[in-house]
Amino acid sequence: MIERISGKRKAWCAMMRTFCIISLVLVTALTAFMLIYVLVRGLPHVTPELLFTKPSTLRNTIGILPDILNTIYIVITTLLVVLPIGVGAAIYLNEYATNKKVVEMIEFAAETLSGIPSIIYGLVGMLVFCQFCSFGTSLLAGSLTLVIMNLPTIMRTTQESLKTVPESYREGAFALGAGKWRVIRTVVLPTCINGIITGCILSIGRILSESAALLFTAGFAHNVNGFFRGMGSAGATLTVALYVYASERGEFDIAFAIAAILMILTVIINLLTTYMGKLMERRNGQ
Amino acid sequence: MNLSQYIAEKGYKDNPRRLVEDLIQLVFLILGLVAVGSVLVITVYLVVSGLPAIFKIGPVEFLFGTRWASTASEPAFGILPFILTSIYGTAGAIIIGVPIGFFAAVFLAKMAPKKVREVMELCIGVLAGIPSVVYGLVGMTILVPGIRILFNVPDGATLLAAIVVLAVMILPSVINVSLSALQAVPREFEEASLALGATSTETYFRVTVPAAKSGIFTAIVLGIGRAIGEAMAIMMVAGNVANMPSIFKSVRFLTTAVASEMSYSSGLQREALFSIALVLFLFIMIINAILNVLKTGGKRK
Repeated sequence: MIERISGKRKAWCAMMRTFCIISLVLVTALTAFMLIYVLVRGLPHVTPELLFTKPSTLRNTIGILPDILNTIYIVITTLLVVLPIGVGAAIYLNEYATNKKVVEMIEFAAETLSGIPSIIYGLVGMLVFCQFCSFGTSLLAGSLTLVIMNLPTIMRTTQESLKTVPESYREGAFALGAGKWRVIRTVVLPTCINGIITGCILSIGRILSESAALLFTAGFAHNVNGFFRGMGSAGATLTVALYVYASERGEFDIAFAIAAILMILTVIINLLTTYMGKLMERRNGQ
Repeated sequence: MNLSQYIAEKGYKDNPRRLVEDLIQLVFLILGLVAVGSVLVITVYLVVSGLPAIFKIGPVEFLFGTRWASTASEPAFGILPFILTSIYGTAGAIIIGVPIGFFAAVFLAKMAPKKVREVMELCIGVLAGIPSVVYGLVGMTILVPGIRILFNVPDGATLLAAIVVLAVMILPSVINVSLSALQAVPREFEEASLALGATSTETYFRVTVPAAKSGIFTAIVLGIGRAIGEAMAIMMVAGNVANMPSIFKSVRFLTTAVASEMSYSSGLQREALFSIALVLFLFIMIINAILNVLKTGGKRK
């Protein structure tokens, strides 16, 4: 049978296809441009001196060692606090909860949290952690603010992987006489460890790219501190430092150097999550 | 009922393991309620610290006043410029970003070979992961001078620059959410349409897209939420002057109004900043409610 398609229909199809291709090319070009532009402008300024010194007004040099340390401290503290809460909440939702109302309430709260903009987290974090809990402007206050921001991410990824644990695993363990907590600890959690790791990687990505929530909670200082002293004092993370150097001091070379570092970390984090996703797919496929 | 009765009734004495199990369950319940508590704390704090200033200034004057001069000797606290800027900026970002994201998602869901799709998924992931300050930085060094030269305006830090940056920043969520909605459309729908003689492109746009309608709406609403809540990137490119919005004027958004004055604010000015945050929070809550309606509506179908 010979298909007859009118010229008008053909033209419409061709137009729609062109739109699709143009959009896709635009998105690809945009990503490539962002990557190349930031790396080309930033990488030449990423020197050992920049990475391993602190800013010195005497010698008029800028180093980002304090900002790197602060970022690492904040990532560690945030994950240490958010992991037990997020994983625990997911376990409650998936393993324990019997009351549908409670489940709906918690899930609604998590969704609401994931929609709140980071500037509002910053404000409330400042009110609650810096003022009410009197931690002052410190990395600790910043971390705790980020804990609440990242809670939905950890909850969601953990819950998704809890759902993929086959019911027969649990039944098998129960049949052997294990209590509920023992089953969760020794059978369910180890099976969904990949999902929890994915959640961690995603959270690290969010923490690295966060700035608005940290501006008023963690502050701007650039001092090199040990972990515990650092948590108690104010400090800028890489993104906050980037903002300050670009917007308030006009040091674009330094800003681009930090941007290049952040860009590389972003790509690494994305490769890791893609890899983890594939790993889980393979396991679930079996 | 007192404690010993309770213990007897639950049989904890004879079976201490049950007590441990129940305690553990209680711990997990508490961990689950942390999210609920956080939402309550955020809401209460914003309302308590945001409402007083609104009444001190006067709700009408605050919401519909067109002049913001918080540090002047005779201060004025009208946030209409910020509200309108946030609405215009978001609308602009949606008008530019959604079509691009939509067509890219259709291509990825239906026409792209597997290899292209994998590469693109990585691209979109990277685009979503780039910190907003990096977008701001690139905007500052390329977009702002570009707009100044291209449109021959004295300063390129304008609403237009902010709109372009926001449009780029909402792309990943628009693409991702539309993509999964399009992929969830049953294959039979498309097969039926193809069997009736429609071309593949016609099928995608006349059958698949309408079937994925609620998912695509969700993507748009999500994009609106992202755009209205973004602060740092647009703070770096929008010039940050409290003008009534106009495409080639330096403007201030709800978010940037809070961010730019918070560090040196005091007294009524500080309280007014919390009121701005409360207004922003209300916008976000409305968007959340719409998202919820879309989601339950989609499920019912």
